[in-house]
Amino acid sequence: MSAPATHLEALPRSLQALLALGLIALALFPLVGSDFHQQMVTRMMILAIFAMSLDLLQGVTGLVSLGHAAFFGIAGYALAFLTPADAPASLWWTLPAALLASGAAALVIGFLVVRTKGIYFIMATMAFAQMVFYLFFDNRALGGSDGLYINFRPDAGLFDLEDKRVFYYFTLACLAGVYAFLRRVLWSPFGRALAGIRVNEHRMRAIGFGSFGHKLAAFTLAGTLAGLAGYLWGAQTGFVNPELMGFHMSAHAIMMVILGGMGNFAGAIVGAFAFEFMLELFKDLPAFGGFDAGKHWQLWMGLFIVAVICFAPRGLLGLLQRLASRPGLREGRDG
Amino acid sequence: MDLANVLIQLLNSVQYGLLLFMLAAGLTLIFGIMGVVNLAHGSFYMLGAYLAYALSSRLGSFAWAIVVGTALSVVFGLALERLLFRRFYQRDHLDQVLLTFGLIYVFEEGRSLLWGDDVHGVAIPPLLDGSLPLTDTLSYPVYRLFMMGVCVALAVGLYLLIGRTRLGMKIRAGAFNREMAESLGVNIRLIHAVVFAIGVALATLAGMIAAPVSSVYPNMGAPVLIMCFVVVVIGGIGSVRGALIAALLVGLVDTFGKVLLPQVAGMLVYVLMAAVLLWKPEGLFKS
Repeated sequence: MSAPATHLEALPRSLQALLALGLIALALFPLVGSDFHQQMVTRMMILAIFAMSLDLLQGVTGLVSLGHAAFFGIAGYALAFLTPADAPASLWWTLPAALLASGAAALVIGFLVVRTKGIYFIMATMAFAQMVFYLFFDNRALGGSDGLYINFRPDAGLFDLEDKRVFYYFTLACLAGVYAFLRRVLWSPFGRALAGIRVNEHRMRAIGFGSFGHKLAAFTLAGTLAGLAGYLWGAQTGFVNPELMGFHMSAHAIMMVILGGMGNFAGAIVGAFAFEFMLELFKDLPAFGGFDAGKHWQLWMGLFIVAVICFAPRGLLGLLQRLASRPGLREGRDG
Repeated sequence: MDLANVLIQLLNSVQYGLLLFMLAAGLTLIFGIMGVVNLAHGSFYMLGAYLAYALSSRLGSFAWAIVVGTALSVVFGLALERLLFRRFYQRDHLDQVLLTFGLIYVFEEGRSLLWGDDVHGVAIPPLLDGSLPLTDTLSYPVYRLFMMGVCVALAVGLYLLIGRTRLGMKIRAGAFNREMAESLGVNIRLIHAVVFAIGVALATLAGMIAAPVSSVYPNMGAPVLIMCFVVVVIGGIGSVRGALIAALLVGLVDTFGKVLLPQVAGMLVYVLMAAVLLWKPEGLFKS
């Protein structure tokens, strides 16, 4: 298994400028976008947080987890359990509690899986996520296959999350906060150690880094942040079901990170937006004669994924960078 | 539980374990020899079940359906290897995961376009449609014994093929050291194509013989794929012997778990996997 030494960790100025423009566009979007599109973009931002949390494992540490959705779902379920049927629960304690639930699950599962490597890690994470899936799927008390309703969005006190626009900006703030936090982590000694583990784990151990502890910490942190995304998802949709923890959700997250370009978190955001956009596009395809193309969106999605892996394996940001860094163009270096 | 019931559950668990082995063996062979992780392996199982349904109604005979279906699956496997998988042997596991995940969607929709989204049943062939009496009130279906027989025959065949034939020697040589085998004149590309086709054929065959018992339905490959992963993780990746023992173990734990501890049965297999991971992180039989 090859481990690329760098993943565009230092973003070129041009890309940084594009990201800043993207942030401005997201901040202005509710002023022009319809209600429907505002909800769609909120969903994309939530998935971007989810994809970034996976990127910490997949891109930075080199651990491909095929079970990341488990932690996404657990926080959503935590919100569902903590919200009474007839009144909202406070954001200020349900959010920490949900993050704690996801983080604790990631700590326990991580303790078992980070001792495995490569293909083993992929299979073990997938199997444990399925265990969590079946735990909720099979138990009536936990909602069963139908899932649970969340009748109220969390009560924040200072602002009203029931207002769609307020919720949009709250999600945007979470997105920006998680991005800033993860960029700090990336360039911290901890983040450098994780990148070192990706490039050459044996060497890191030889120079005295405990790779088990570092990987477990990364797995737990990633699980906790996935929980933030899951919490927001539950709050936005008012509904959680076992599909949130399913194998497809985990694979979609991997695809988002790949599609954008991994190891720098910006790619994960771009990838999440692009992936969801494609998904909507395929689902909205018109019928050609007797053939309902939109109904068979999975076919187009599958072919799209296969095509990306065959032709653009380093993602959209990689593609952009390849175009931007032709000889003669200067690259900025900044965290 | 009395003795006859224990015997029936024991037979059920062995039958389930052997079926899992047929799938896991292909998965572990393809990984051990080509280094490819194949999430679409469950789709081959589904494909097999639908082939059994479509062919047995068209040909009017379950036996012919199996023969024609196996031939088709070998051709399908060879084509898939040639067109797609061959390019991915040297690639990152991440790329393989996504390629094969994309293929799950493609196969699933292909199935939907070809055969629709309904649940179908496949009739048990009349010759095997009976049951052996165990006590006055309990009996065991002959077809399930037939399934076990087929699986055991294939396991023995696989063992002989890999351990005792010239082709098997080349397969082992290629897995051990690809460059050296190639420089000694082994056509490693051909070996890879053959191994891939064997893996696909084993999975589709498992789907075909399971069809009369499990019925035929959309997405039937997904749960089976996960169980195969558990089997391979417990048994050790690349080890066919490990896959056999792990598959029987999983069959035993799952079947008896459902009878004795129905509340937590869904979790037991994963608890077993967690225990093995704690004890031997690389599986019971690391190849």
